[in-house]
Amino acid sequence: MKKFLEGSQAVAKAVKLAKPGVISAYPITPQTHIVEGLAQFVADGELKSEFVNVESEHSAASAVLGAEACGVRSFTATSSQGLILMSEVLFNIAGMRLPVMLVCANRALSAPINIWNDHQDSIALRDSGWIQFYAENHQEVVDFILQGYKIGENPKIMLPVMVCMDGYILTHGMEVVDIPSQEQVDKFLPPYNPPYKLDIDNPLSLGLLGDPTVYMETRYAIQDTLNNDVLKLIPQVSSEFESIFGRRTLKLVETYKTEDAEVILVAMGSVAGTIKDVIDEERSKGKKVGLLKIVTYRPFPKEEVFNILKQASRVGVIEKAISLGSDGPLYTEISALFSGEKNSPQISGFIAGLGGRDITEKTIQTVIELVKGKKTSCIFMDLNKELLWEDFRVI
Amino acid sequence: MLSKHFSEHNFVSGHTACAGCGQALAARLVVDAAGKNTIATNATGCLEVFSTKAPQSSWNIPWIHSLFENSAAVGSGVESALRYLGKIDKVRVISQGGDGGTSDIGLQALSGMLERGHDVLYVCYDNEAYMNTGIQRSSLTPFSANTTTSPPGKVSTGNPKLKKPLVEICSAHHIPYSASASVGYPQDLQRKVKKALSIRGPKFLQIHCPCPLGWRYEPGLTLEIARLAVGSGLYPLIEYEYGKLTKVFKIPKPKPVEEYLKLQGRFRHIVNSQEEVAKIQKIADKNIDYYQLK
Repeated sequence: MKKFLEGSQAVAKAVKLAKPGVISAYPITPQTHIVEGLAQFVADGELKSEFVNVESEHSAASAVLGAEACGVRSFTATSSQGLILMSEVLFNIAGMRLPVMLVCANRALSAPINIWNDHQDSIALRDSGWIQFYAENHQEVVDFILQGYKIGENPKIMLPVMVCMDGYILTHGMEVVDIPSQEQVDKFLPPYNPPYKLDIDNPLSLGLLGDPTVYMETRYAIQDTLNNDVLKLIPQVSSEFESIFGRRTLKLVETYKTEDAEVILVAMGSVAGTIKDVIDEERSKGKKVGLLKIVTYRPFPKEEVFNILKQASRVGVIEKAISLGSDGPLYTEISALFSGEKNSPQISGFIAGLGGRDITEKTIQTVIELVKGKKTSCIFMDLNKELLWEDFRVI
Repeated sequence: MLSKHFSEHNFVSGHTACAGCGQALAARLVVDAAGKNTIATNATGCLEVFSTKAPQSSWNIPWIHSLFENSAAVGSGVESALRYLGKIDKVRVISQGGDGGTSDIGLQALSGMLERGHDVLYVCYDNEAYMNTGIQRSSLTPFSANTTTSPPGKVSTGNPKLKKPLVEICSAHHIPYSASASVGYPQDLQRKVKKALSIRGPKFLQIHCPCPLGWRYEPGLTLEIARLAVGSGLYPLIEYEYGKLTKVFKIPKPKPVEEYLKLQGRFRHIVNSQEEVAKIQKIADKNIDYYQLK
């Protein structure tokens, strides 16, 4: 049923439909509305879950780890510092092959403390073994959660899933979103039935010491699952989802007017909406510009990204994160795909929207102009040059 | 990774603990007293490392290790899952850790578990230092003990701090049961495990586990040393119920602390100093008086 909802409420409704047995979370802006919504569902008896009010994000992640190890579907959500505090546990969850679902309300990292949106928090976790989806709008967040459970919990996969939604822009923004019925979701998402769990009738030990004779194989196994099984499963699950819900939202990548594009911009998350508007304007002026939206960032869909971008002459990667001392992580990865290729497009990288700075249509138009010029690797967009005096380095 | 095997005990031999390890003995006493219908969580530390080197495991009950500081939080999740599954009346949850994993890095997660009222027994195996990383001081290291991070020197007589009162800290959460036990008194230890598990809600048990390597004594002396710690008054065995001291292990004729100290290399630098030994005797005397151990 279509409803006009705040993004966080849409998430709470989607999670409720997935019927997790254990929910554990810790308050952090701008995530908090999500778990407040879930807490209310539990308080009203609409959702039969154990809601564990933990004393930190570290314990939130640890509690869902424990629940998941008992074969119970779980949910947690966090943001920024909370995600970074969890990070030790998040690597652990992936290594233990437990399909936890986490919604990350993307927010900048301190210092300076900043509660507004960028992607630095979840990008910092890109190497953890979690599957990562980046949503453009409320509908995608809802759909990615339902499909994420199905993908992560597949006995061949058994990996955790992080659905990334832009803090405030999506968590607090209101949009029309189609919330599926319980019958539809039950048809799509079977109860969680893991191939291994803590069970007194079949005592297993989980989380063993892996010495140098076995550790590398565990890493290889995750890499193999992500790069082979997950990349193949995503389109299958997406087709199944489409047959029940009538829309196809979860993809490896999404293209917008790239077929004949000379310039292709690459981006993730809600900024794709702004970019599409600019592309429409550019197209009306006869300029051949398109967008490649990365939906699945981990595993990174190398083949799809390569095949779409190879047809362009210029590529501009716009990202809300930076590997300080290097370049934007997405720019670096995309550049690596074309390393040694003869007919590589000229690829330029742009850092935009850090700490919630608005990415406007003008920002995108400027990127398009810059992409047409000399190759650059890491241009900070919309800097206020007046603030770049020395004393400002410490605030 | 996971492993599976069969035996009569719930914690079986074949692990790689040092000869005379008090913790290995205590762990077996705990899970044997707990019975088969138990799920255990484990902090990183000696017990985890020597009992579960892939692909082997000494645990004959469902067991999970995640990280150093989160055994109580993982236990909270396990307990919540059992509650959700309607199995909480059939299956007991024990969360375990060493003294560092419990009283230092894991104290927040432990406090959270106790405060939220999870039906979990937390067992702290107290060998009085970070033994897994090579004998560093924890907040449960006793006064004057020589560890690699509290070494005696020209201006130091070893660890300058008293043990953190962890049984009382847990008891202050107003939980049904918070107690201490010693591997030197196995029957008392197992009685306490059984008593704790007969109570619904959060419980805490701190078990004194001598460590031959870390305390530097002959492996055959583990039980004797454990009993001397209790018998001298340095390690009072106490039981709190809902914040009230309800029972103590009586020591009608306390032994001088010197008998305990002289057997261990970690106190070698002070045993010949009457002044330093007197300071430790004062700690024992204070315990004897405060808990009325005589």
